[in-house]
Amino acid sequence: MNTAYEKMIHDLAPKKFSWKGNAWVAFLVLIILAGIYSYVQQLKHGLVITGMRDYALWGIYISNFVFFVAVSLVGSLITAILRLSDVHWSTPLTRIAEIIAVAAIIMAGIAIIIDMGRPDRVLNLFIHGRLQSPIIWDVIVISTYLVLSILFLYFPLLPDFTIISKYSDTNSKLTKWYRALSLNWSGNEKQTKIYSRSIKVISVLIIPVAFAIHTVTAWLFETTYRPGWDSTNFGPYFVAGAFVAGSGAVVMVMYVLRKVYQLEDYITDSHFDKMGKILVMLCMVYLYFNINEYLMPIYKSTEEEEVHLRSLFTGEYAWLFWTAILGGLVAPVGVLLFPKGRKPLPLFLVSLAVVMGAWWKRYLIVIPTLSHPFLPIEGVPEAWRHYSPTWMEWAITAATLATALLIITLLVRFLPIVPIYETAEERGLLENQSENESL
Amino acid sequence: MEAEKDNQQKSRRSFVEQGLKFGLLTAASGSLLAKVFGKSESPDAEATIEVMSTDGTLMQVPASAVEHTHEKKSGYNPREGFSNRKFVMVVDLAKCRNARKCQSSCNKNHYITGENAWIKIYKMQDSEKSAPYWQPTLCQHCDEPACVKVCPVDATFKRRDGIVLIDNERCIGCRFCMAACPYSVRVFNWSDPWQGDSVEQAEYTPDYAGIPSQKGTVDKCDFCPHMIDKGELPHCVSACPNDVFSFGDMYEDTVTNGSGQSFKLSKLLKDRAGYRLMESLGTEPSVYYLPPSDRIVDFEEGLENYTEFKSVDKPQEP
Repeated sequence: MNTAYEKMIHDLAPKKFSWKGNAWVAFLVLIILAGIYSYVQQLKHGLVITGMRDYALWGIYISNFVFFVAVSLVGSLITAILRLSDVHWSTPLTRIAEIIAVAAIIMAGIAIIIDMGRPDRVLNLFIHGRLQSPIIWDVIVISTYLVLSILFLYFPLLPDFTIISKYSDTNSKLTKWYRALSLNWSGNEKQTKIYSRSIKVISVLIIPVAFAIHTVTAWLFETTYRPGWDSTNFGPYFVAGAFVAGSGAVVMVMYVLRKVYQLEDYITDSHFDKMGKILVMLCMVYLYFNINEYLMPIYKSTEEEEVHLRSLFTGEYAWLFWTAILGGLVAPVGVLLFPKGRKPLPLFLVSLAVVMGAWWKRYLIVIPTLSHPFLPIEGVPEAWRHYSPTWMEWAITAATLATALLIITLLVRFLPIVPIYETAEERGLLENQSENESL
Repeated sequence: MEAEKDNQQKSRRSFVEQGLKFGLLTAASGSLLAKVFGKSESPDAEATIEVMSTDGTLMQVPASAVEHTHEKKSGYNPREGFSNRKFVMVVDLAKCRNARKCQSSCNKNHYITGENAWIKIYKMQDSEKSAPYWQPTLCQHCDEPACVKVCPVDATFKRRDGIVLIDNERCIGCRFCMAACPYSVRVFNWSDPWQGDSVEQAEYTPDYAGIPSQKGTVDKCDFCPHMIDKGELPHCVSACPNDVFSFGDMYEDTVTNGSGQSFKLSKLLKDRAGYRLMESLGTEPSVYYLPPSDRIVDFEEGLENYTEFKSVDKPQEP
């Protein structure tokens, strides 16, 4: 028997949660329940339970939506772009990236429905949809991306399902599921051919769609006249920021899973080093777009832009703005340029800062612009000049983040976190395996 | 100015008749106008009516001479609007002293119970050394409406008569139109509007906004098609004690103010150097402003009514 291969299946096959895993799930469920309670209140009383009003007409629901769309882009980066560039070191990370992408894009869809004043009329988007509205573009590209991401997660799983159904207890229900989901994968020549071909096709298809989802999300803002949104830089600026947020998320999940499941043989220090290098490059690209986004308008300082940018640089959002830029972007670049900074733990901490910075950065993109309309804010309650989210709004937003984490957690529970078949193939274990089987 | 004096005696109904003038001249849309301005079917339909020719001269003709060529019912559908009409408003900033009657009348007649009125009077000052003035601001009913462009479900729409309306039974409450509107004229029903049984049970139609308002949807000024339909002026126009507002039809080239005075629109805009808000954005508003020069009223007079943080007199909570 090929012991290396056996050991690998044993290491990577899905495992039942320890008490820690169960406690984690319970914790997430509690947050989700608080969110569901708040959402029921919102359905009952309307969006009045939020901090949004006629001027701050969008709030953390929308910035959180933008964050989810951003994170979901990483599926295309780690899997598709690196796959097509014939980079093999990233193979053990592809499943993690795809799981994150699927969870994030599902939650992006839910987050936008949460923001709707009339969620009961969501079907109007299909019944009365008008192609000239960027929201319809978003509906189209996000649903396309959702389907492609699920396929992109599923196809590489086909051989893995067969492998784990053979490995695990034959009579359990779960095994039956694995067998059914494997679509009778046996690894013969014909199947392998279709398999590698489909994956290649999706890899190619998913890249423009990924760029489209975040470009269209940028256009939701860019199609208005408002200072701070009226920028031709917005599409690439959003896409660049999205890769930063998504890569940070992948590093965090990588770190936690490696620790919990002792996957040091599969997710190595070298993976962290390389992800660190990717992250530092992406951070620098995003920093470059930020400089373009903020420096040129402040140089010209037209009246409206100046009011907006002053509130970011020195005004009421300054603290948040500089923390997000310096803590979530500049400092990470500083740390990650050094090899020591790309060791697992420092990289994990930097990624935490990057992801938190990315969340707040979207808050800073959505909210300040709304408090500086062209005409004065007069004749409305004083509180409407500022936006501060209510606790229910936070609870609902936290619940969407918790749901994304729960989806990731459950997929980790039932799927091999590192692709078994592909990793074995790359390590040359598969040939030995088939030789062994034929003997 | 003489023309203004001549017109001084006319009742508000002259606005109605202005509509008919055009009907005669085209002899095409007469019946529709008769429907629009139902009063022409009252007994005084026998009387003569005044018409204005294209060069602006006024003449009296028997009302029976107005040819009605269309079937009455053919024309009107709240989504399409009145055919062969293009409604415009002129706001004379030289006359505004922030009396806020436009706002309270609008609030009352549209049963606005939220915190935000559909018409606001801003205290404006374009630059430090220039004089402050009051600027009543309502929906600009743009010909290139940014709000309509972005609406994903065709809930807000542009009619052929120039009016931009909202179908509150279709609106999904995404508030994209509010983000897109540079004039900040749209308001949202953040909670149930609690307008009282009589309003809440009224049959909904998009051309009488606010009857009833619906939780989770957007509202705004509707240019009062329900008043036009009755042959009357929008609430804000007739409520203004200073004749700040004039309302009319661009095709007739006539606008009428709350006192019933009519003006030739093109001449008024030329003489007084009329302009539109944020012309550079290309939204092509239907509301024109006359600059606050040679003012009839003092700016300071308006300060006593200036309530920075309040726009709607709220009824007692149920």
